[in-house]
Amino acid sequence: MFKIIRRESMANDTVVLNEIEAPRIAAKARPGQFVILKANETGERIPLTISDLDAERGTITVIYMVVGKSTALFKTLAAGDGYQDVIGPLGKPTHIEKVGRVVCIGGGTGVAVLFPITRGFKEAGNEVVSIIGARSKDLLILEDKMGSVSDKLHVCTDDGSYGRKGFVTEVLKDVLDNNKVDLVVAIGPVPMMKFVSKMTFEYNVKTLVSLNPIMVDGTGMCGACRVTVNGETRFACVDGPEFDGHKVDYDNLIQRLRAYEEDEKKAYDAYCKLQGWR
Amino acid sequence: MAEKETKKKKIPRQPMTEQEPEERRRNFDEVPLGYSPDTAIKEAQRCLQCKKPSCVTGCPVQIDIPGFVKEIAEGDFENAVQTIWKRNSLPAVCGRVCPQEIQCEGECILGKKDDPVAIGNLERFAADYAREELNCELPEKAEPTGKKVAVVGSGPSGLTVAGDLLLKGHDVTLFEAFHKTGGVLVYGIPEFRLPKDIVASEVAGLEKLGLHIACDNVVGRTVSIDELFEEGYDAVYIGVGAGLPRFLNIPGENLTGIYSANEYLTRANLMKSYLFPDYDTPLAGGKNVAVLGAGNVAMDSARTAMRLGAERVRIVYRRSREEMPARAAEIHHAEEEGIEFYLLTNPTRFIGDENGRVALMECLKMELGEPDESGRRRPVPVEGSEFKLDCDLAVVAVGAGANPLLTSSDPEIKLNSRGYIAADPKTGKTTKKGVWAGGDIVTGQATVILAMGAGRTAADSIHDYLTWGW
Ligand SMILES: Cc1cc2nc3c(=O)[nH]c(=O)nc-3n(C[C@H](O)[C@H](O)[C@H](O)COP(=O)(O)OP(=O)(O)OC[C@H]3O[C@@H](n4cnc5c(N)ncnc54)[C@H](O)[C@@H]3O)c2cc1C
Ligand SMILES: Cc1cc2nc3c(=O)[nH]c(=O)nc-3n(C[C@H](O)[C@H](O)[C@H](O)COP(=O)(O)OP(=O)(O)OC[C@H]3O[C@@H](n4cnc5c(N)ncnc54)[C@H](O)[C@@H]3O)c2cc1C
Ligand code: SF4
Ligand code: SF4
Ligand code: FES
Repeated sequence: MFKIIRRESMANDTVVLNEIEAPRIAAKARPGQFVILKANETGERIPLTISDLDAERGTITVIYMVVGKSTALFKTLAAGDGYQDVIGPLGKPTHIEKVGRVVCIGGGTGVAVLFPITRGFKEAGNEVVSIIGARSKDLLILEDKMGSVSDKLHVCTDDGSYGRKGFVTEVLKDVLDNNKVDLVVAIGPVPMMKFVSKMTFEYNVKTLVSLNPIMVDGTGMCGACRVTVNGETRFACVDGPEFDGHKVDYDNLIQRLRAYEEDEKKAYDAYCKLQGWR
Repeated sequence: MAEKETKKKKIPRQPMTEQEPEERRRNFDEVPLGYSPDTAIKEAQRCLQCKKPSCVTGCPVQIDIPGFVKEIAEGDFENAVQTIWKRNSLPAVCGRVCPQEIQCEGECILGKKDDPVAIGNLERFAADYAREELNCELPEKAEPTGKKVAVVGSGPSGLTVAGDLLLKGHDVTLFEAFHKTGGVLVYGIPEFRLPKDIVASEVAGLEKLGLHIACDNVVGRTVSIDELFEEGYDAVYIGVGAGLPRFLNIPGENLTGIYSANEYLTRANLMKSYLFPDYDTPLAGGKNVAVLGAGNVAMDSARTAMRLGAERVRIVYRRSREEMPARAAEIHHAEEEGIEFYLLTNPTRFIGDENGRVALMECLKMELGEPDESGRRRPVPVEGSEFKLDCDLAVVAVGAGANPLLTSSDPEIKLNSRGYIAADPKTGKTTKKGVWAGGDIVTGQATVILAMGAGRTAADSIHDYLTWGW
């Protein structure tokens, strides 16, 4: 068992943080890598990014949004409980180097994924401008942590309840218009990554995105996670999860993410009823 | 003598009772139900006890077949299983999944004029009887040697190495990437052909012998081979299988509803999707399922789809019946269960609906032309023969390649031109000191028994190395 030693509720209890004992993984993981977690015998294998780690304590931190049955089940786990399986670190680490000025953009729980990468670019000596967004103020996460690793932090909300009203792409446009930008990293909902990539393509700025297709093993043996990049099939779990944002077929990704929509919804509803949540 | 022979031949090959096709095509319970002790004895009496038994030459691990068959004929089931165990530690598995018709039974002398002795069925019987009815003593272990061995991958080859080295007194840890041990035996081959309890009980037996199991360890990611040596392991065996799915690389292959056989079977078997929603992992059910390929993997996928409620399941294969690589028994079972065979048919593209889900598959008819390098007649397309099949779920089962995850993490381990590990066939030694390899990661996808044979060879060599340093 992999014990949860700290649990925090975030964003109005829609997002949960777990710090988990996993010494082998903590010793190895690098920014951009992920783990696969399975709560119990009947559980699904769920990929989550390693948002932070403490090699000395032998722990990793994951931050997840509750979207379906499995993440709802994770939510019931308290500090002291554990996951039956945690597997990793998986995926290629982000290629971090000094390039000059980097803009890091995160939407929703994507900010959790973005944080270690942002810190990596900062520590490598880059000037880091971060833009984080959420639907509303109470759904915004990790503002302080992102601030601590950015030279400048912009915050926006869709409804204007905090920071600038509007989408991250609007802030990005200002930044691109007024600065020379060497690299953009965008992590969040697929439509966000799609629109960011469209914009940076026009400005001819290299853009990294982190893709989150459905996965099973996470080691390149099943092909569930295949994505179309530059017209070719790639496996996100071993060739990614990061890819050149200008070359990704986002529509194919959106379709593939919907593969089990109906079954997932039924399972989630049944689980919520069972838990007495609705 | 001649008279005795004729008398013996009069006993016909004993069939094994099976679930009826109509019933079993919708459940996941095992299809053949096993021999009763009486039937087993009767079948065993058919064996001629040849002085030079050709059956043994057909068995890759040279089980003393006349020996154990005689013991069964005499009702001495305990010694029968002991005889088998001397050469094969997983008889309950091999009795079920070996391609007997091209191995032991294919060489049985009785097969020349009549049906061969049902060696596989008898092996299965002895192993099942031992597991269910006898309380066999654990084999004797040698004195502890103080040497530590890491076995990477828990498929049949890894399990064999682990078992052999435990008996020789070494301290063995099995590292497995998945959350469960067994390799293809648990994630690939379905429950209705190989009940997972059998694999679990084999592994439990090894644990009783002192095996340490470390699941959730992706070697090459969680820990490297060099780090295993740093942690104090004296030797490493790599048996990671051929876990890289091949696709057809035709248009439309990334539509939803198109699976690699690895994904389809892993969801169904390892993740137990057939028990969704009691188990959390979903798997699309299809009405019109097309399975591309005609090996064991394709048969397993097709029969799984039928059990998950499909209306029609078609095996689509570009060569003809003779070339189908699956075991004869699997093809036969699939046909009985109503799987249709579209032979000499080659898919050319998938066509999706407005939601990006596969709806149609376009195919070309083929005919057999000149023989190719493999000696098989090459299928060539018949011009203008395009046609479309309704297909809302497709499973691509056209073979597997070498997964580079582990090997790319350690450049000292040299690969062959096809990406498999280059290992000495006589010892299993790789180009890196202290590292052995065997099974599908060396040969490409082969059979359970060959993977076990490679494991045994390597275990002997590892033992020599740990004892004498070479
Ligand atoms: C490499 C990677 C890293 C990720 N990191 C994070 C993270 O740090 N924080 C976070 O909140 N989420 C992350 N995700 C997404 C997370 O895995 C899914 O939200 C989760 O699997 C949903 O499971 P569920 O059963 O709760 O919901 P489901 O009921 O299964 O699905 C709800 C929706 O989630 C999506 N989904 C379902 N299964 C998967 C899956 N296996 N992988 C991806 N998406 C899926 C589908 O679009 C589906 O419509 C990551 C995904 C990947 C591939
Ligand atoms: C669907 C299907 C049906 C088949 N039917 C038959 C049949 O009827 N008869 C027959 O004889 N053969 C059959 N085969 C072939 C047979 O199963 C294989 O040849 C055999 O299992 C190979 O054994 P192995 O030990 O080399 O590898 P595998 O059984 O593939 O086991 C390898 C193990 O290593 C693990 N692993 C991989 N990478 C790592 C890593 N980096 N770190 C740690 N662990 C890792 C894998 O998760 C897996 O558990 C079938 C195969 C399939 C897929
Ligand atoms: S191990 Fe396989 S080939 Fe050998 S005797 Fe048994 S069934 Fe036949
Ligand atoms: S070849 Fe056939 S008949 Fe002869 S010993 Fe082997 S199983 Fe018996
Ligand atoms: S998740 Fe199976 S290959 Fe990527």
